[in-house]
Amino acid sequence: MACRIGNGAGFLGDQLAAPRQLAEAGALDYLTLEYLSELTLSILARVREKDPTSGYAGDFIDVLDDLRPVLARQRDLKIVTNAGGMNPAVCAKAAAGVLLEAGLGDERIGVVSGDDLASHIGRLQGAGCRFENLETGEPLDTDKHSVVSANAYLGARPIVDALAAGARFVITGRVADASLTVGPAMHEFGWAWDEWSRLAAASVAGHVIECGAQATGGLYRHWENLDLAHVGYPIAEVTADGGVAITKPPGTGGRVNRDTVIEQLLYEIGDPKHYLTPDVDLDFTTLEVNQAGVDRVTITHATGRPAPEDYKVSLAYRAGFATSGQLLVCGRDCVAKAKACGQMILDRVRQAGFELDDALVECLGAGQSAPGFLPPGELREVVLRVSVRDRRREAVERFSKEFAPLITSGPPGLAGYATGRGAVRGVFAYWPTLVPKSLVPARVEVRSAREWAAAELNLTNSNR
Amino acid sequence: MSLILGQFMAPPTITLGVIAHARSGDKGNHANVGVIAYTHAGYEFLLEQLTPERVGRFFATLEPTRVERFELPRLCALNFLLLNALGGGASQSLRIDTQGKLLGTSVLELELPHPANLEAMRRTPN
Repeated sequence: MACRIGNGAGFLGDQLAAPRQLAEAGALDYLTLEYLSELTLSILARVREKDPTSGYAGDFIDVLDDLRPVLARQRDLKIVTNAGGMNPAVCAKAAAGVLLEAGLGDERIGVVSGDDLASHIGRLQGAGCRFENLETGEPLDTDKHSVVSANAYLGARPIVDALAAGARFVITGRVADASLTVGPAMHEFGWAWDEWSRLAAASVAGHVIECGAQATGGLYRHWENLDLAHVGYPIAEVTADGGVAITKPPGTGGRVNRDTVIEQLLYEIGDPKHYLTPDVDLDFTTLEVNQAGVDRVTITHATGRPAPEDYKVSLAYRAGFATSGQLLVCGRDCVAKAKACGQMILDRVRQAGFELDDALVECLGAGQSAPGFLPPGELREVVLRVSVRDRRREAVERFSKEFAPLITSGPPGLAGYATGRGAVRGVFAYWPTLVPKSLVPARVEVRSAREWAAAELNLTNSNR
Repeated sequence: MSLILGQFMAPPTITLGVIAHARSGDKGNHANVGVIAYTHAGYEFLLEQLTPERVGRFFATLEPTRVERFELPRLCALNFLLLNALGGGASQSLRIDTQGKLLGTSVLELELPHPANLEAMRRTPN
């Protein structure tokens, strides 16, 4: 019997209707919902600073509400999600509220945490972990870098523990994306943690479906006529012997073919012989991908080596502020005019006493965003985009105020002042690093929805 | 095109998009560009022609510090890693394309010499 695992979200902000559509038509055993990227985690960390009852993927609560009829009908459907973000217990409490209302108070919710290292950095450094930057080798100095968030990418084990303890819903913090799929497969089939080729197969399945519709026609080179407006989200069928098939619900838009699956296999990978997850060191080069029917593709011959000894850590620190603004610039000399306007704005910021740390002037439409896009003829219309970054918020704010004055003191042929100015945002820089697994125990807490709803949580909004 | 006219023209080329499709993404400040040949003949041609040097020259304006190429022969695919090519990556980069999303579309415009057996490299629609 194959275990059917469908992924209904590929990032925080993905289509809200997708999970329900997938669960209704997918005949799923598990619905996974993937909400976190490096950037999302640090944004959630900032949100939690302001409000200790937030910091998780709020979309999940809306999705769960939308799923109520499906959850009542399909009593065996389980959900595994990293919606917990920076605050998995608070997310579980909010989810429990929805389940109680739906008369599902007895259902069990498992919370996986322990990934959030931000308040433990000093202790971990004391234990000998220097958090060396993987690219520069430099050890982390928290006096120099103000840490916003630091999360270890946990693996599938705590998910399996939660499922084994009877959880129908597993809500995690930072867990490797593929592990959301590996957990259910391990739980269903009871593989050993050193059956590397099976862990590799489940990880490949997870990798392909983790970005939602990117496996089913989204981003596909031949996207035309695929009805992406009704795109179906991906399902991975995993069998006890490590077989994997990728498909999507019948009657939906998009396409699952060899091309869409291979494109997604290659998405965001480095060395294909060593795709490292917390569960396995996976080799993509042995894989065979074959069309097995309409919208059905098999992936076989997965191989893997022992999992790394360390967890990858997503660590972000504050790196000042940034914003950008845009204006439409028209006329025969539009590119030169746009560049001149950009320089005018930056010059005026300088006159106001701010030497900006970094600034960039782009002419969108002029074919400079990447190679190969140069338009064949003369341009009469481009969008000027000016972006800046600085340590000082006031410098970035001053920049954003210098867009409007071009209405009267700039060249003719400009428009878009009403919408041109963007909001000032905090910038996070990333410090790619590792932490020994032995220093980071994952925590698993399984309670009924009723208990989670009544739980008094120890709320915190600080990292220290 | 007549033979006589042909002698005065630049050597014929094709764009990569005629024989391959692609997808790109980010890994921190690095970009990856996966290039998939439509056929085995196309893959053999890319192994020889789509060198990391050529890809590095094509993407020179992004100022990658190095370009690495990885082979996936069973998938007829090459994966290129463009190190430090994203101007700081998702949060820090000031560019419109902070995550290298454009590069998979961009690379298909890369020009290659015209192969003798081009017809064996084209896509059969599926």
